Amino acid sequence: MIPAPAFLSNPERFMAFSRWAAPMFGVIAVLLALAGLWLGFTAPEDYQQGDTVRIMFIHVPAAWMSMFVYACLGGASFLALVFRHALADAAAQAAAPLGAAFTVLALATGSLWGRPMWGTWWVWDARLTSVLVLLLFYLAYMALRASLDDEAKAARAGAILALVGVVNLPIVHWSVNWWNTLHQGASVFRKGGPTMTVEYLYPLLLLGLAYMAAFGSLWLVRIRGEVWRRRAEAAALRAARG
Amino acid sequence: MLDLDPGAYAAFIWPAYGLTAIAFLGMIASSLNHARRWRKRARELSRDREA
Repeated sequence: MIPAPAFLSNPERFMAFSRWAAPMFGVIAVLLALAGLWLGFTAPEDYQQGDTVRIMFIHVPAAWMSMFVYACLGGASFLALVFRHALADAAAQAAAPLGAAFTVLALATGSLWGRPMWGTWWVWDARLTSVLVLLLFYLAYMALRASLDDEAKAARAGAILALVGVVNLPIVHWSVNWWNTLHQGASVFRKGGPTMTVEYLYPLLLLGLAYMAAFGSLWLVRIRGEVWRRRAEAAALRAARG
Repeated sequence: MLDLDPGAYAAFIWPAYGLTAIAFLGMIASSLNHARRWRKRARELSRDREA
């Protein structure tokens, strides 16, 4: 048996684990962010981008997270749909607002970098447009879940929508290779290794790990909230029935 | 050497960092509020049932 469904199938074990894991990931996120920001603001100006290279240290991790969180949403939705795990459904529901926030952040910080470097806030190129579509999938998922009163139907419909949206992830990732885009190609996760110097690579990776740890912490907190919400609603239903 | 003077690009760099800080504070506040609200409600209902 693969470990994820076994772990997700036991809410009590999850609650015991997340009680100490959520604050631990939070502390790790703060330490990594401080180290990344220190290196980011001590790195020299880029010869082409000047000081705007410092926007990359917060924009690129937000863009990574927008895709990573959607992959988590898709994975949890798959487990909820196939194995009917209530905790997997709670995990999917908890991931969506965080993923949407990271995607908005990626688009906004990218726009603030694009204005001085490209001379425009926005272009309808394949990368930017596919990330906007990713944001629409997050929003559609949240709207769909909120619009259905029946929890089981909302979970099933949401999971199907989330899985359809997974198709967009490779499009976002490879859009810069498949089409001629203004957005530059991959410079870290690429065949042949990263193309950037260590002065920029280290703060970028540290902040990427900080974002990941922060997401881990917040995701666990939100899943715990979902578990309590479902327990409260079940208790309210039992009380109403007498 | 710490360089906190982005010169001509300050109007783009500080809003980017400001937005990031606001987004993280928003995510932290909403996640903690959501969890605390429902934990409190679940415990209240559980106490009512036991009483």
